[in-house]
Amino acid sequence: MSEFETAEAAVQAALDAGASYADARMMHRRYESMTARNGEIEDLSQDEDLGIGVRALVGSGWGFYAAPDLSDAAARNVGEQAAQIAHASARVAARQTELMPGEVASGSWSSDCQSDPLGISLADKGNLLAGATGTMREHGADIAEGLYQIWDTRKWFVSSEGHRIDQHIRECGAGISSTVIGDGETQRRSYPAARGQYGTRGWELVDELDLPGNAARVAEEARALLAAPQCPAGETTLILGAEQLALQIHESVGHAIELDRILGWEAAFAGTSWLDLAQLGSLQFGSELMNITIDPTIPGALGSFGFDDEGTMAARRDAVRDGRWVGVLAGRDSASVAGLEYAGSVRADGWSRLPMVRMTNVGLEPGPHTLDEIIAATDDGIFMETNRSWSIDDRRLNFQFGCEVGYEVKHGKLGQLLRNPTYTGIGPQFWRSMDMLSSDIVAWGTPNCGKGQPGQIGHTGHPSAPARFTDVRVGVRA
Amino acid sequence: MSESKRTPRDRDELAIAEQVLEVASAAASGADIEVAADRTRLALSRFANSGIHQNVADDTLTVRVRLHAAGRTASGSSTLTNTDGLRALVERSVQAVGVAPVDPGWPGLAPVSPAPDVAPVDVAAGDATPGDRAERIRAFVDAAGGLETAGYCRTSHWTGAFVNSAGQSIRGESAEVGMDGIARLAGTDGVARKASSRLADIDGGVLGARAAAKAHAAADPVELPPGRYEVVLEPTAVSDVLQNLAVYGFNGKMVADGRSFAEVGADQLDPSVTLVDDAPGVGSSHDLDGTPRQRLVLVDRGTTVAVAYDRRTAAEAGAESTGHATGMTSWGAFAAHLGLKPAAGTGHEDFAAEVDGPVAEAATAALVANVERGVLVTDLWYTRVLDTKSLAITGLTRNGVWLIEDGEVTQPLSNFRFTQSYRDALAPGAVLGIGGVAEPQPDSWVSARWTAPALHLASWNFTGGASG
Repeated sequence: MSEFETAEAAVQAALDAGASYADARMMHRRYESMTARNGEIEDLSQDEDLGIGVRALVGSGWGFYAAPDLSDAAARNVGEQAAQIAHASARVAARQTELMPGEVASGSWSSDCQSDPLGISLADKGNLLAGATGTMREHGADIAEGLYQIWDTRKWFVSSEGHRIDQHIRECGAGISSTVIGDGETQRRSYPAARGQYGTRGWELVDELDLPGNAARVAEEARALLAAPQCPAGETTLILGAEQLALQIHESVGHAIELDRILGWEAAFAGTSWLDLAQLGSLQFGSELMNITIDPTIPGALGSFGFDDEGTMAARRDAVRDGRWVGVLAGRDSASVAGLEYAGSVRADGWSRLPMVRMTNVGLEPGPHTLDEIIAATDDGIFMETNRSWSIDDRRLNFQFGCEVGYEVKHGKLGQLLRNPTYTGIGPQFWRSMDMLSSDIVAWGTPNCGKGQPGQIGHTGHPSAPARFTDVRVGVRA
Repeated sequence: MSESKRTPRDRDELAIAEQVLEVASAAASGADIEVAADRTRLALSRFANSGIHQNVADDTLTVRVRLHAAGRTASGSSTLTNTDGLRALVERSVQAVGVAPVDPGWPGLAPVSPAPDVAPVDVAAGDATPGDRAERIRAFVDAAGGLETAGYCRTSHWTGAFVNSAGQSIRGESAEVGMDGIARLAGTDGVARKASSRLADIDGGVLGARAAAKAHAAADPVELPPGRYEVVLEPTAVSDVLQNLAVYGFNGKMVADGRSFAEVGADQLDPSVTLVDDAPGVGSSHDLDGTPRQRLVLVDRGTTVAVAYDRRTAAEAGAESTGHATGMTSWGAFAAHLGLKPAAGTGHEDFAAEVDGPVAEAATAALVANVERGVLVTDLWYTRVLDTKSLAITGLTRNGVWLIEDGEVTQPLSNFRFTQSYRDALAPGAVLGIGGVAEPQPDSWVSARWTAPALHLASWNFTGGASG
C-alpha cells in the first residue's frame, strides 16, 4: 500500500467506527544531532521514526490514537481506536465541536535545500564542531560546547473531506557556546544565539554561520564578563539585539495570540492569554512601529511549511498592524468556536501527537532605523543581547528575561561591558514603549517551543531586528 | 462499545533486544554494543471548560542501539521494528560508527547487574481505559461544584529491556497514573494534583473538591508589596524546588564542570533537609546505560553526600555510575525521582488529611500555624535559572498565594514574580519547618516523580507583582 492508501484506510476505519470526521497523518522523520565539548565529540545520535496518527471526531469529542505499525490491519486499528477514544470523551462532553469550512486541498510541498544536511559526511560535521569548541577552549572557555541538529521529515495527510497532501521538510541548525566558571557564578557567551540558529534550509545555513570564525571572540567575551560590573538596577532605556527580541516576540506576542489559549483550552498547563477576543481589531498592543505577521511562507524560516497539519494551505496574515491587535493563530475547530474565518496554524510534533495550535513564523516587519542610529540616538541606556533565561506568567503578561551580555550606552555610544543583565515588564506596556526599530530583519529559529500534554516540541520562526524601549526595569537579581 | 486494550505482540522487548544485539554483533565484531527496547503505552485525557477536549493515546515500541568501535561512538533509534527496520537501524549505526569522530570519553559497557526488586505492576493502571480516565475527570468536574475546571488524567505503562555485549541483560515494567486539575473562579485558580502507581489511588472527586476549595479561598486577591517574606511552600511548589536541585544542583556533570554549588562532604543545606532519589516502580527499572536504578541519598541532614552519575560522567569524575543516565548527554545525569524526607513526629506521617480552605492538608496547616507573618504559596511556575552555580532562579507564583498572619491565612494575594537562589533558600538556618507528609507529584515527563512535603522557609525574594 502507498502511504496515502494506508492513511485512507485508517480514516475509513474511524468513519466506520462512528466518526463524523477523521484525518490521518503518516510521518517519517530522520533526526541527527551531534554535540562536541572542549574539542572532542561528546555525542552522535541518528534517530528514525515512522508511524500514523488519526484524529477522529465523534459528537462533540475528539479522539486521537497513534502507532508505528503500518500494515492495513494496523492502520485500520489506529482509526478504530481513535473513534473509540472519541466516544469516551462524550462522558464529559465539551461544547459542540465544528470545523471551520475550508478549501479541500491536494498538493505537494518541499522546503528549499541546497545542500542535504544528512548528505554531509559525519567526519566533516564532527570536525566543524570539534574545531570550533577547541578554539573556544584555547581562548579561555572553561566549557566549550557545540551542537548541530538536523530533521528530515516526510508526511502524508488525508482527511475524510478529501484532503490529500504530502510534504518534505528539511530543517537544520547549529551553535556554539563558551562557559567560564567564576567565584560563585558562571558566565556564558553563545553564537549565533543561545540555542543556535535554525531554519527550513540545508547545510548552507550552517556554513553561512561561520562557527569557527566566531569561536575565539565568543570565548574571550565570556571570560571578560567575569570581570565586568553587574548590570545596574533601575529604570532605563533598553536596546535589545535581534535574537533576544525574537524570544521576546515568541513569549509575549506569539503565545499570547494562540487562539486555544485565548479560549481556555490550555488553562491548566501552558495557561491562558491576557487578550480578549472582544478586543480583536481594536486593542492597542504596542506602538505604531509594531507590525507583526503570521507568515509560514517565508523561505527558509524555521516555522515555514506548505500546509499545516490539518491541511490548510500556508498564508500570510497580520497579527498586529500599526500596534493594533488584528489576528490570531488558529485551527479549524478553535476558529469555528471564535467565529473566525481563517485557520492554518495547527501542527503536531510527530505522528504520535495530536495536532494543536502552534506558532509558525511570527515576527516583526522592518522598522526605519539601523542599530547604529538607535545607539547614536540614546543618551543613557543599556544594550542587551543573546538570551540567557526567560520566564513569563500564565497569561503572557509579566516577563523577566536575562541576557548573556549588556553594554552601557552613554551619549550615543556603547560603553563598558555589564554582566548579569536582566529586564522585566508587562507585555503591552513594554511594546507600547518601543520607539525605534531597525530595518535589519533576521528570521531567528526557535527549535524548542514546548506546549501541550503530552508534551510537544515545536519549531517556530521569528523575524526580528534590534529595537529600543523606554522606561524599562533592569538589573533584577536574587 | 469496547475500550482500548493492549495490542498483543509476537515478541517481547527482551527478545527483540537480544535479536538486535545478535545482528549487531555479527555486523560489528568486537564492538561494544548496547541495545534497548522500550514499549510505552501513553494515554492522556485532557479537559478544559469542564469538558474533555483532547483525548489521546499511543502505543510505541522504540529500539535504541549504541555502538563503540575503534574509539568511535554512534547511537541511533527507530520505531521501525519489523525485521527490515531493525536491520536498517543496525546498518546505519555500523556505518555511522565507522566515520564518526573519535570519542575518547567512552566509559565502557555496564557490567552484569540484576534488576532491582519492585512491587508488581498494578494491572488496573497498566490497562486503564479511556473510560477509566473519563470517570475520574467526571468526578473532578462534579466535585468542583459548578466552577469551571481544566486539567488532565494520564495513564502510562512501560515495558522495556536492555542488553549489551558484555552480558548485561535486564528488563522491567512499570505503570503510572497522574491527575492534575484546576478549578477557576473569577480569575483565580485552585489546583490539586497527585501521582501514583495505582489507579485506585487517584480519586478525581477528592482532587476536584480540593481545587475548588482553594479557588474559593483565592477570590478577590490584593497586591502585597514586593520584598523578602517568610513563606510556606505547599508540596506542589516544593516539587519545583526539587526538580531544579536535581537538574542543576546534584547533577554529576554540572558538578564536574564547576557549574553546580554541590560539593560532596560539605554541609550545604539546613540540617533538617534530607534528599533521597527513590521511587521504586516509577519509570524505567534501569537507566539508558543499562545500570539498574538504585536508592541514592544525595543530602543527609544537610550534608551533600552524593551526586548523580551516568557511566560517562562517573568515569570522568573517577566515580561509579549511580544509574542516572538520561540519554541526554549534554544535560548530564540527574535524579528524576527526588524526594524531600518529611519531618518525623508531627502526627501527620500516615495520611494527608484534607482540610477546608486554601491549605490543602493538615500537615501544611501545621506549618502555617507557626508563621507570624508570611506568604503561603501553592505553585511555582515557569522557573528558569539565571545562574546555575548559585541556583538563582526567577519565576512566578500560580494557583493561589495567601498572606499568613499570626498562624492564620488571612488574605488571598495577587501573584508575585520572584528571583531567588534555591540554594540559599535551603541553606543552614533557612528552613524553619518541614511538613510531615510527602505527596508524590506528577511531572510532565512521565518517568519523573517528585515527592514533597510542605516547606516553611525563613525568606523568599519576591521581586515584583505579576501585574506590574
